[in-house]
Amino acid sequence: MTTAYSQALDRVTRVRGVRGAMLVAGDDGLVIAEQLMEGIKGSAVAALASSLATRLRRAMAAAGVGNSLFWHLQCDKGALLVVFSGSGVLVVAVAEADVNVGLVRLELLRAAEAVG
Amino acid sequence: MPDDIRALSAQLAQDPQSLVFLRLAELLRQKRQLDAALRVAISGLERHPHLADAHDLYARVLADKHDYERAFDEWDMALRIAPNHTGALKGLAFLYFKVGDVAQARAHLETALRVDPDDVTITQALEMVQQGVPDEGLDAGPATPAEAPASAAEVAPLEDARVFAGLEGAEEGLLLLDPAGRVLGGALKDRHGTDVTDAVAAYLAGVSQEAARTAKLLGLGNWTGLAAEGGEGNVFLKQPSPEAMLLVVRERGVPMGRLAVIANRAAQAASRWLERQV
Repeated sequence: MTTAYSQALDRVTRVRGVRGAMLVAGDDGLVIAEQLMEGIKGSAVAALASSLATRLRRAMAAAGVGNSLFWHLQCDKGALLVVFSGSGVLVVAVAEADVNVGLVRLELLRAAEAVG
Repeated sequence: MPDDIRALSAQLAQDPQSLVFLRLAELLRQKRQLDAALRVAISGLERHPHLADAHDLYARVLADKHDYERAFDEWDMALRIAPNHTGALKGLAFLYFKVGDVAQARAHLETALRVDPDDVTITQALEMVQQGVPDEGLDAGPATPAEAPASAAEVAPLEDARVFAGLEGAEEGLLLLDPAGRVLGGALKDRHGTDVTDAVAAYLAGVSQEAARTAKLLGLGNWTGLAAEGGEGNVFLKQPSPEAMLLVVRERGVPMGRLAVIANRAAQAASRWLERQV
């Protein structure tokens, strides 16, 4: 993993309640870099996150609300948060349910800016 | 009354920190000068953000302007500041009754009655709710000649056929789908007024299953909502039932937290509607 990617993910995983973070190629759903807790299947999560992101992006474009910038899948026991970088890379965080969503969003946006 | 307005305006100009804005905005509201009432209420609220009466007043003006979402937020805020505020309790009861949630409307009115047992308007409103009189009979604030409660016979009943009946913008920005992307209710238009309902529905088909699979894979339990920010608007997805998905679309100016509140209320309405279809 390159230092730039590693540093970008570090910023996200440092937030309390974040269980892991990864960079995913938006077009094919392959993992670019990851820092995940043991037990999380990175490649499967990446594929599903990418597929969900594509559907959302198309639906939002059709609805006329512009490009999808950030999304947050809220679940009983945690959350998946995703930011789109300009180059089509998804910055993904897996977090606990009570995580500070605003802070994770901010760090994801910074990470997305860093990876370009 | 114009003299009163002039006198109160002069008083407020002399002492902008004074609470006279409450009387002035209420007078303007009763005169149906809603834009002026709104300006006075906002200005007062900026100076007295922790005053429950100011939030209540602002909510009443918003309700008169049919901005029920923001009115709900303001009455909710008033209750957080003053949990026994009867104006806010009555206001929320009015909004709950408007969306068909009679139980919540009754609960709020009963709380208000416990706080102020001598307020006949609460007793009357409670009777209306118990008799199922349509929402126009419930007033969000002190009645004025122009808005005196109509009789039950004069007012059309709540329309049950529409999923989001009673919700502001009922047919705009709210879409209820089945898992295959077929439209159950609501509609969407883009900024140019073009109907985009079918296109959006088609793209959202399968999102619910994919979200469920992702949540399961990550050991996150069931998914409860999906919030997404776009460059020009925000969306929120919820599942009012396992067989339906609700999409709420709002302009970017509507914060995500408020969007979640709107989505929750719309999901409750959709859930009730779906139950009635069985």
